[in-house]
Amino acid sequence: MNDVADRSPGATEAEAGLAGAASAVAEFQPRRRTLLDHIQHVLHNNPTLVPVIVLALSLVAFGIIAGERFFSPFNLSLIMQQVSIIGMLAAAQSLIILTAGIDLSVAAIMVLMSVVMGNLAVNMGVPTPIAIVAGFAGGAAAGLLNGVLITRVKLPPFITTLGTWNVFFALNLWLSGAQSIRSQDIDEKAPLLKFFGESIQLGGAKITFGVILMVLMFLALWYMLNHTAWGRHVYAVGDDPEAAELSGIRTERVLLSVYTLAGFLCALAGWAAIGRVGSISPQSFYEGNLQSITAVVIGGISLFGGRGSILGALFGALIVGVFQSGLRIAGVDVLWQVFAIGWLIIIAVAIDQWIRRVSA
Amino acid sequence: MSTKDVPLVQARGLVKRFGHVVAIDHSDFELRHGEILAVIGDNGAGKSSIVKAICGALQPDEGEILIEGKPVHFSSPIEAREMGIEIVYQTLALSPALSIADNMFTGRELRRPGFLGKWLRMLDKPAMERFAREKLNELGLMTVQSIRQPVETLSGGQRQGVAVARAAAFATKFIIMDEPTAALGVKESRRVLELIKDVRARGIAIVLISHNMPHVFEVADRIHIHRLGRRLCTIDPKDYTMSDAVAFMTGAKTPEVADAA
Repeated sequence: MNDVADRSPGATEAEAGLAGAASAVAEFQPRRRTLLDHIQHVLHNNPTLVPVIVLALSLVAFGIIAGERFFSPFNLSLIMQQVSIIGMLAAAQSLIILTAGIDLSVAAIMVLMSVVMGNLAVNMGVPTPIAIVAGFAGGAAAGLLNGVLITRVKLPPFITTLGTWNVFFALNLWLSGAQSIRSQDIDEKAPLLKFFGESIQLGGAKITFGVILMVLMFLALWYMLNHTAWGRHVYAVGDDPEAAELSGIRTERVLLSVYTLAGFLCALAGWAAIGRVGSISPQSFYEGNLQSITAVVIGGISLFGGRGSILGALFGALIVGVFQSGLRIAGVDVLWQVFAIGWLIIIAVAIDQWIRRVSA
Repeated sequence: MSTKDVPLVQARGLVKRFGHVVAIDHSDFELRHGEILAVIGDNGAGKSSIVKAICGALQPDEGEILIEGKPVHFSSPIEAREMGIEIVYQTLALSPALSIADNMFTGRELRRPGFLGKWLRMLDKPAMERFAREKLNELGLMTVQSIRQPVETLSGGQRQGVAVARAAAFATKFIIMDEPTAALGVKESRRVLELIKDVRARGIAIVLISHNMPHVFEVADRIHIHRLGRRLCTIDPKDYTMSDAVAFMTGAKTPEVADAA
């Protein structure tokens, strides 16, 4: 392809002018890049790098501000416990946001399913394993409902899940009669519901099974997203749904599977939440929906879909936990924790926008 | 009669109506083995409708489509794809954030053999990358730095190259290309035309939909001229000029014979 004009006798007259031109389809001229361009490129290729750096910096900063107490194994493991439930919701939320959707109902599904499990096992005397499986099925069904409304009825995810959030919350109040199930009753009738509150002691650190579950959930999803065809399809659907459909992906099926899996993961988080909180309260985790989105966004997953790593959401959840713990130990008023998280969200989205503008 | 005498695709009396609009009006279509058939026509003549009917994106109301002499009824392009018919869409249908290798295999990924693939459904990334690199090399497209590079970092011509390479890698019968040079500059168009000829040299037939007369006359073996929902005629580009073709397609002139090629 060195001399286009020779090789193609049919080339038009206008193209004769090409004879002397460079003939490669396109060359990658090593354009001079500024340091900032370089950073932008590296971040574009490694979307998880931002949250990792922020996490590392905030650990160092709070280590200095809050001192030794912050870095104690006890406190670090406490942060893990505190973020475990929101972390699991963020895992489910990440799947949905990767498809360019959003799910405002994740925490509502979670609480509803922990109420279902508690009602069946504690109040109705159903064997606990069956109650838990019923909760899983309910969570998957709730997710599937979201998926059907979005893919078949073609409603926007935001509106759909805003609606189902209310529906699930109302069902939760109805099923529970707005009453909590007390910790002692759970211990007495269905201790298995508190399984994820159990822990192992490692030095001064207390690792609950809930924390282990969260980490395993992220690792499993990371594997699925990066090493299976399904995962590649999730990214492709979020990236450009029309292109995905044309290249042979059944996009509706992918979306249905994503929402259903997210619902199931929320139910699993609901089981873990019983162990974390101790009791089952229909009023708990009311802000969980937005907190999960916060973790995902701070974790560098693009709200426009198709970009980011699910591990980012884990780091995002940890960043929020580290900020809250650090500021609390440093004796800063709670309102400034909220203030700081607010700015983190804005900065994270601004960085995402900047990275997306990367020039080839 | 040898199989070479049976046209690769033969469609007779195709009709497609959308309400009162007749998009395809008793049209015929023929594609022969190993040829480049250009389909030209004015805007709204229905050239993309007839091509869509051939590849399963539209289901005709009447008429029959034979592929290598056997009647087919595709309900989607995915079914056509299973028979070795590939389409390069004008929009290319690539996922910008995914790598070149991922894009080549979208919807037909390879899995690892054994336990990992069967139970953990693990993708065979090394095999897919090797295959993708091989195919791009064959078409002389390895100016690309890395097969893991996201498609969005490629130029327009390179993206077109990836889309063509994907089609060429999996097509066993023919490839439909919709306006492959419309979005490209002069230099990049030239490379894509060479690519089209390379694909033909490998024995794969091509249906080329294009508005660009110089490109059509350069690469096509035959030209199918579509007018008012049906095939007006087919011509041999060696026997006619570009202005003849334009005159036929706009109705300024009527061809003496319907099947001149």
